[in-house]
Amino acid sequence: MEYFIELFFSGLTRGAIYALIALGYTMVYGIIGLINFAHGEIYMIGAFTSFVVATVLSIYGFPLLSIILLAGLAAAVWSASYGYTVEKIAYRPLRHAPRLSALISAIGMSIFLQNYVLLAQSPDFQPFPELIPDFEFMEPFAHVVGSSDVVILLTTALVMVGLTLLIKFSRLGKAMRATAQDRTMAMLVGIDVNKIISMTFIIGSSLAAIGGMLIASHIGQINFFIGFIAGIKAFTAAVLGGIGSIPGAVLGGFVLGLTESFATGYVSSDYEDVFAFSLLVLILIFKPAGLLGREAAEKV
Amino acid sequence: MFSLEQLKKSLLVSLWFAFLTFPLLVIKVDPIQRTVLWRWENMVLVAIGSFLVSLLVRVFNQHQERRRERRAAGGIAEREPLIQVILREPKYLYPLSAAVLLCSLIFPHLVSTYQTNILITALMYVMLGLGLNIVVGLAGLLDLGYVAFYAVGAYSYALLNYHFDVGFWMALPIGALLAAMFGVLLGFPVLRLRGDYLAIVTLGFGEIIRLILENWNEFSQGPSGISNIPRPGFFGVELSLESAILYLYYIMIAMVIFTIFVVNRLQDSRIGRAWVALREDEIACQAMGIDKRKTKLTAFALGATWAGMVGVIFAAKTTFINPASFTFLESAIILCIVVLGGMGSIFGVIVGALVLILLPEYLRALSDYRMLAFGAVLVTMMIFRPQGVVANIRRSYQFRANPDGEGQ
Repeated sequence: MEYFIELFFSGLTRGAIYALIALGYTMVYGIIGLINFAHGEIYMIGAFTSFVVATVLSIYGFPLLSIILLAGLAAAVWSASYGYTVEKIAYRPLRHAPRLSALISAIGMSIFLQNYVLLAQSPDFQPFPELIPDFEFMEPFAHVVGSSDVVILLTTALVMVGLTLLIKFSRLGKAMRATAQDRTMAMLVGIDVNKIISMTFIIGSSLAAIGGMLIASHIGQINFFIGFIAGIKAFTAAVLGGIGSIPGAVLGGFVLGLTESFATGYVSSDYEDVFAFSLLVLILIFKPAGLLGREAAEKV
Repeated sequence: MFSLEQLKKSLLVSLWFAFLTFPLLVIKVDPIQRTVLWRWENMVLVAIGSFLVSLLVRVFNQHQERRRERRAAGGIAEREPLIQVILREPKYLYPLSAAVLLCSLIFPHLVSTYQTNILITALMYVMLGLGLNIVVGLAGLLDLGYVAFYAVGAYSYALLNYHFDVGFWMALPIGALLAAMFGVLLGFPVLRLRGDYLAIVTLGFGEIIRLILENWNEFSQGPSGISNIPRPGFFGVELSLESAILYLYYIMIAMVIFTIFVVNRLQDSRIGRAWVALREDEIACQAMGIDKRKTKLTAFALGATWAGMVGVIFAAKTTFINPASFTFLESAIILCIVVLGGMGSIFGVIVGALVLILLPEYLRALSDYRMLAFGAVLVTMMIFRPQGVVANIRRSYQFRANPDGEGQ
């Protein structure tokens, strides 16, 4: 039973991170109908930025709380800037081009960013500073759930509530929903569609950056390649929940995280990534619209 | 040439990029020694570089704009590029191909074995590129797991040889067949998927195959791979290392010619036209009575066949394989070849493969930046020249304008 609870919490933690990244995929897909292949790389850049900033600050002897806040802020700011730039350079000129072109451009961007970090930083795994201390009040539960799990879950919950409020009630959120429904119509009623798309990339990228920082400090090491697998898995989560749907991405993230955690715990840990990929293939065969997605008829 | 406005915009771009690259390119921390290295020179380089690139793009766009205006005004007719004329006219094409063939036949006798080896690799990528070209270029299905079929080919030769002592020439068709079967296996579930989903599923499929090869020790000997795979036999004669490589080179030349021939014939066949129709418009294509299922499956199967064959050759060439040779990176390189050369264009793919494989080999200093450049190539090509270096121009009827200017 204890093992079960342990797996359950580790699944939730994984799921929370997948959900954070999947939100970026699903928001971008909802608005411009493109799989942002470079999104996993944006997440990786967020993790790396927070790694660099946190390490520098800890070398200069800053207190822990300010390190966490500054590293998180830096990760969000730079990831958002990268996301914005990627959209502007690689996707905007191709908005009216065939889908295949935009997709290839996205893959190119992903390869580029991966190798950029590889060359700029290091090809090896880097130890990530421990940002989340073990809380005293968590002591009695420490054998099943760690402090960082709790922090990750709480942060994710907070971010998601914030995002939901933003999308449901703010002007920007309204404009984003309108653009997702019908871009031309949104333009006609006076929404600056380019700005909305940029904002979507900025929001999605900062969410991914926060996820990147949290998981990196949880696992304790990063390298330039983490974005690739995380990206595919988060995409799986987005598809699982129904791509384009924001609650779907969150649900998909948790379902995927739990599935993976139990499968590696009870079946075999060698095939950790195979489970996610198989799940992806299975959903696409049996329920391509996802758990919460709507089946959309293609217009001719 | 540049207005002040343009310079100002480019300056802003360069400042933005300087900001963008700040933490990752400037700061280098050593978490164990606890030292920080500030590399400000990188920031300056990025700023200058992005300034120049941005100016260049602006000038290029301006130039394009002017050309478009002049063409719209009816100033100049579109001149057909020399390369297209050569490719179209048999009187240029045949002697040129014969010359190229002759050169490639005597080439290995002029250079060292090392050079021949590099050229064999390049030719393997030509074949892989042409195979992927069927799937991506002709049928328009973005396959990011192409390397999986390559792995299937390589492992089928290695394992068949290991367990049953099957020779190269027997393994070649078996590897091709197995790869084709895997192509159909992958094709079935993804038939209904649209382009972007397809890309991800094929990517996942490629990774699954690699992970299985890595973890299923009893089957594939895991990450340590399989060694002592024999090179192709020459009627039972033991060949020295040098002549074995020479022999492999000629096999490759023959295989490439065979591939070009088949792909060329396929392109103009009924199924080839169906692929192109499917690529252009799926719904219209179905309305014309083309079986979408069958057409997509044949594209997958035929594309995979070439990858399987090259896989067998790869195993025979290196005599050692392990799962590390079959990562996503490999798929990306092959995709890059097809995109750079020109999707759907046979000649383009050949040029793309030779450039992308030989250039990093000979510019060793740049080989660190190889993948960075590949990524950049994919993006740049899509934005500025999506048809590739050598565009595939399909034969079409053209209505020439009458002398009195009516009709176009």
